[in-house]
Amino acid sequence: MIELKKVTKKFDTGKAVLTAVDGVDLSISDGEIFGIIGYSGAGKSTLIRLLNGLEKPTSGTVEINGQTITAIKGGELRKARQKVSMIFQHFNLLWSRTVKENIEFPLEIAGVSKAQRGKRVQELIELVGLTGRENAYPSELSGGQKQRVGIARALANDPEVLLCDEATSALDPETTDAILDLLVDINKRLGLTIVLITHEMHVIRKICHRVAVMEGGRVVELGDVLNVFQSPKEEITKRFVAQVTDSGDSQETIKHLRELYPTGELVKLVFVGDQTEQPILTKLIRSHSVEVNIVQGNISHTQRGAYGTLILQLKGSAAEIEEALAFLRLEDVQAEVMHND
Amino acid sequence: MIESLFPNVDWDSMWEATLETLYMTTISTLFTFIIGLALGILLFLTAPKQLWANKVVNWLTGAFVNIFRSIPFIILIILLIPLTLLLMGTIRGPNAALPALIIGSAPFYARMVLIALKEIDKGVIEAARSMGATTGTIIWKVLLPESKPALISGITVTAIALVGYTAMAGIIGAGGLGTLAFLDGFQRSREDVTLMATILILIIVFIIQYIGDLVTIKADKR
Repeated sequence: MIELKKVTKKFDTGKAVLTAVDGVDLSISDGEIFGIIGYSGAGKSTLIRLLNGLEKPTSGTVEINGQTITAIKGGELRKARQKVSMIFQHFNLLWSRTVKENIEFPLEIAGVSKAQRGKRVQELIELVGLTGRENAYPSELSGGQKQRVGIARALANDPEVLLCDEATSALDPETTDAILDLLVDINKRLGLTIVLITHEMHVIRKICHRVAVMEGGRVVELGDVLNVFQSPKEEITKRFVAQVTDSGDSQETIKHLRELYPTGELVKLVFVGDQTEQPILTKLIRSHSVEVNIVQGNISHTQRGAYGTLILQLKGSAAEIEEALAFLRLEDVQAEVMHND
Repeated sequence: MIESLFPNVDWDSMWEATLETLYMTTISTLFTFIIGLALGILLFLTAPKQLWANKVVNWLTGAFVNIFRSIPFIILIILLIPLTLLLMGTIRGPNAALPALIIGSAPFYARMVLIALKEIDKGVIEAARSMGATTGTIIWKVLLPESKPALISGITVTAIALVGYTAMAGIIGAGGLGTLAFLDGFQRSREDVTLMATILILIIVFIIQYIGDLVTIKADKR
C-alpha cells in the first residue's frame, strides 16, 4: 500500500543543513494502523508530510497504492491528495465556517455538486457522532468535537489513507480514548489504512497494529506492537514502553492473549510493593491442584516502589479455579479473571 | 435657530459638497479595497516559504507599497498631476482627485491586508493544501474568509483616512467639503461655514466607523 524507499529529507536552514529524515525504508500494508513514535525533533512530522507531498524528499521515493507521490506535481498531486487525507493536532478547522461547511470544504475542492455535498456531509456527521451540531462554529465546540469535525472532513472524499499528525496530543485522556476508538471503528468499517505519528505510547498501545520508533531521522525499531511492548530492543523504545507500564489490560491485549491461550481462565494478578518479593506462586502450586501457566508478566520499578502484573493461565475445574482465586485474594494479591469485552 | 448660528452657510452648496465628499470617499474606498487586497495578497504569497515564494516580486511589490505609503498625500497629489490629466482629462473636480486618493491609500491598505493574512493560522492553509486545494481556492476560500474581520476593520480605518484625504484634495480644487471649508470658509473668513463642513465630515466619519464595527463583529465567528 505505502512504500518508502531510502527516503531522506534535508532542510537548509542557512547556517547548517538539517537532516530531518535519514534514509527511511518502510512498507505499510493495506488496512493497517501503523504508528510512528518519537520525541519532538525525531523527524516524524516531516516523514508524515512526505506521504502526501506537503514536503518533497531530498532523495528516495514514496509510493502509495502504486502511485509515486514523489514524482507527480500540480493537478495530479492535488488529485492524489484527495485520497491521502490528513488530520492535525490543532484540528486546523476554518473558524469562519460551520461544522457542516467545514466538512463540505474538501468536497467543494473535489468539485462535488451541491446536492451531493449536502447528502455526504449528513452521512459523515452521523459517522463521527456530531448529529445536532451541524450549524455550530468551531469556537462553540470542545476539543474532541473539533477533532471529530477534522476526521469527518478528512473522510469526505473517501480516502484510502488517513494520516494523523499527533491527532490526540491536544486532547485530555478521556477524549483521546474516544477519538482513538473512533479511528479504530473507521479503520474496521471503511478498511482505511491509518498512519499516525505520536509521542504517546498509550496511543500506539491502544490502536496500532505495528509501530516504528524514530530517533534522529531514522527508524530504529519496527515491529508488531505486542512484540515491541514485550521485548523492546532499543533504549529509546524501552523508555516509550515504560510510559505505559500497566500493560495487559487493554481489550486488544486480552483478545490477543485469548487467541493464543484459548483454554482455561486467564487471570491477571497485580502486585504492589512488598508482595513482589513473596513466593506466592510457589505456595499456590503446592497447595492447589490447578495447572498454572505464566502467560505474561512485568514488574516496573518506580520511585515509590515496584509495581507488577502477572497474567496466568489457570486450567482445572471451575471449583478448583475458584479456590485458587480465593487463595490469591487471601494472600492480598489483586486477582481478576480477564474477560473479553 | 440653525440659520442664526450659521448665517453664511449656503445649504444647497453645503449639501452638494457633502455629496461630492461621499462620492470621492466611496469610489476611492472601493478601488483601494480591490487594489490594496491584490497587493496585500501578492505580498503575502510571494514572501519566503509561502505558496508563490519569489524574492524579486516580493521585493518589487514591497518597494512600491513602501514608497507610495511614505509620500505625504498633499505632495502626492501634485506629483500625480500629469497622470491625473492623462487618466481623467482634467485636474479639477471630484473625479480628478480619485487617482491620487487611490494611489495614496491602496498601499496603506495593502500593509493592513498583509498583517491580516499573517494572522491566519498556518495550519489551516496546510490543511487546505492537504485536501488538494489550488492556490486560487486557498485565496478565495481560506485566506479571505479567515481574515475577514481584520480586512473589514482595515478598510474602515482606510475609508476614514480617505475622508481626510478628500478634504486635503479639496484645497487644490477637488470639490467636496474640503474645498468649501477652505475657499468659502477660511479664505472668506466665514468661520461658520468651516465649522459646518467640519461637523458634516465628523458625521461621515462616525457613520463609517459605526458601520465598520458592526460588520466586523458580525463577521467574526471566533
